[in-house]
Amino acid sequence: MDVSRHDIVIVGGGGAGLRAAIEAAENHPTASIALVSKVYPMRSHTVSAEGGAAAVAREDDNLELHGFDTVKGSDFLGDQDAIKYFVEEAPKELALLENWGCPFSRNEDGSVATRAFGGMTTKRTWYATDKIGFHMLHALFQQSMRYKNIVRYDEYFVSKLLVDGGKCQGVAALDIRTGDYSAILGKAVILTTGGGGKIFPFTTNGTIKTGDGMALAYRAGVPLKDMEFVQYHPTGLPGTGILITEATRGEGGYLRNSKGERFLVDYDYGVGNKAELGPRDMISRAIVQEIEAGRGLSGPYGDYVHLDLTHLGEETINAKLPFVRELAKTYVGVDPVTDPIPVRPVVHYMMGGVDTDIDGATEMPGLYAAGETACVSINGANRLGSNSLTECLVFGAAAARHAMKYAEGAGDINETALRAQVEEEATRVDHLRGRKKGGEKISQIRRELNSAMEDACGVYREQTTMQAGVIAVAQLRGRVADLRLEDESKVFNTELITALELQNMVEVAEVLAVSAAHRKESRGAHTCKDFTTRDDTNYLYHTMARHNAAGPQLGKKDVVLGHWVPEERKY
Amino acid sequence: MADKTIVITRFDPDKDEAPRKQEYTVPCEPNWKVLDAVNFIKDELDATISYRWSCRMAVCGSCGMMVNGEPKLTCKTTLSDYGDRVDIEPLANFPIVRDLVVELDGFMHKFESVKPWIMRAKEKAEDKAAYHETKGTFSQSAEELGNFKQFSMCINCMLCYSACPVVANEPDFLGPAAIALGHRYNTDSRDQGNDERNEIFRGEGTVFSCSYANECSEVCPKNVDPAAAINQAKFGAVIDWAKGLVIPRGGSN
Repeated sequence: MDVSRHDIVIVGGGGAGLRAAIEAAENHPTASIALVSKVYPMRSHTVSAEGGAAAVAREDDNLELHGFDTVKGSDFLGDQDAIKYFVEEAPKELALLENWGCPFSRNEDGSVATRAFGGMTTKRTWYATDKIGFHMLHALFQQSMRYKNIVRYDEYFVSKLLVDGGKCQGVAALDIRTGDYSAILGKAVILTTGGGGKIFPFTTNGTIKTGDGMALAYRAGVPLKDMEFVQYHPTGLPGTGILITEATRGEGGYLRNSKGERFLVDYDYGVGNKAELGPRDMISRAIVQEIEAGRGLSGPYGDYVHLDLTHLGEETINAKLPFVRELAKTYVGVDPVTDPIPVRPVVHYMMGGVDTDIDGATEMPGLYAAGETACVSINGANRLGSNSLTECLVFGAAAARHAMKYAEGAGDINETALRAQVEEEATRVDHLRGRKKGGEKISQIRRELNSAMEDACGVYREQTTMQAGVIAVAQLRGRVADLRLEDESKVFNTELITALELQNMVEVAEVLAVSAAHRKESRGAHTCKDFTTRDDTNYLYHTMARHNAAGPQLGKKDVVLGHWVPEERKY
Repeated sequence: MADKTIVITRFDPDKDEAPRKQEYTVPCEPNWKVLDAVNFIKDELDATISYRWSCRMAVCGSCGMMVNGEPKLTCKTTLSDYGDRVDIEPLANFPIVRDLVVELDGFMHKFESVKPWIMRAKEKAEDKAAYHETKGTFSQSAEELGNFKQFSMCINCMLCYSACPVVANEPDFLGPAAIALGHRYNTDSRDQGNDERNEIFRGEGTVFSCSYANECSEVCPKNVDPAAAINQAKFGAVIDWAKGLVIPRGGSN
């Protein structure tokens, strides 16, 4: 077994992980920073973000406004201290990203251009045509290469956190290429593995988004927070779920029903004169209601509505939304210059995640988290579009600073004890590899999990279906322990990795379903048909789910208020 | 729905002496991409095939494979454009790890070797005039952005390395994507690292090894034009070198 020692270990090589690595490497040139990822960093799912990243940039904008938009978007479940810190750091972080070469689109005077986005009062979304995630990820990855003290472990799958004396001190990682385990040790670990959209069947998320970091922390005893809040992006392509960015509406696109009506204008969906630029939870609900009212359109992949960009003209579409044009042509055979794009709400983002404080620290000494994996929470019950990339930067950097500070003061680690844990984990995974005695097929369990989650935790939810989902997923948790695997090879065994990912997905899905069923109110993205209003008296708190042999055990955590007073959320 | 025979290259270094072919009969949906057929095999027919994929929206760059002998991004390649028999192999010109998975070590090394990051002559604290006083960003005109933008669109899918006849003969050739990346930074108005990169480009197995086959630009799924980048980089490297003869270190950017 390979054993390596570092100052800190970062798990995940997307936006948050790379930003964390750069922050640590830049400020601690003699420190060793491990960056462990199950894919090469440029494959991370940050790559698929399209619309932009939010930070105050214009004269007509200010931090107070960005903060209020965010807290209101969160349906007042966001922590206000974290939101204040976030909006203050945001412009600095995006300026750094610009300095590192991100090819932001520009105003005529050479300054960075900003565009309108849902739920944002003014134009504060910095963009690079419609590929901000791709450019941000590549700029960060390329910038990270200048630091020789960042040690990358590309295509290593972390399956266990190493905890000794209550402190997180490294990870057990499977080298996918060789099939051998490594002990990657450090005095602190930062989880930056993104969300777990793949627990749902219809999602914008890539296949790598399996909730790994959330499951790792959860199994180690750290609570997951606010997992019931799942963001449905209003505009995904039917069939594939491929994301069509909110920037289409930021640039002036319309949503239309089968009668050609701009339903967000013609009917009252609570978005007021924001219309297409309302927040995502509200627009997704409006689309579902249009379809239920018989004003949707039907296709081989279900009902949908139209996203109409034809009035923007070819020049604007090519200049501002070239990727959208490429995606629509390639994946649904529609040229948005001449025809509307079919779209429907699609699982996009998890507001919940590993419970952290404003420093990215979890309750376990030595364990930190940032980005979608984490729940700080700035997003509360509904994230505003373009806040998430900035969140990766702001809290990736913050987590690195605090993890390094912690690591410097932490005592020696007990290598013998940690090695033994890795041996044990290697043995467990060895038994799973090519496990022919099992009875359950990966694809079957995944299908059933997807179906259970879609039924239980859709745009609209009900107690009966959520309770059924809880039972279904709990059963799958038993069945996923009895997987039948065919591939006995040690070399690049993707079946084995998929099995480990599926175990993570089931774990995260169960927390999600149980958290959802418990919250008997409608807040942000958690919309119940049987409890239709927000209930601040009984539910203005974060849901905390802890691992327990019998299933998730729920608790509460106070929301940090103090600056903005919760009010009715209407636009 | 129509059945197609999908032929997958199999190779497990622990068992196979050389790559072999395995055939699968796949009921293909009319709108499928090539990747959908491979995923069907993995889920329903044979869980032991190994390959990489993730975003299935042509931006993560994971799923490059040879499809009927041509390098393709399989999530973007329409299956119905092919006949009843489709041959899927690992990307050419790379060592095979297993099945359709190739080794990236060489590529990553080349990629890093062009110093793909913004270099400035001075530290930020001493370079204040270059940045906007309150925002801390550089100014860049649309024209300056246009000079490098298309070279920043590379998704590192490595199709161009599979298509390049020079890489085929000379595996150490720096290659299209890495040169385009170095050139991307050289042509970014915010960068001052041309001297260092041009020195790299003047080395052996870099820009002057290119034979202008233009295959790289032909196969690029994102319409990047690496051949143009190589051409421009070649020019830049020579000019820089010539300037260096007159003014040591080539003068200003």
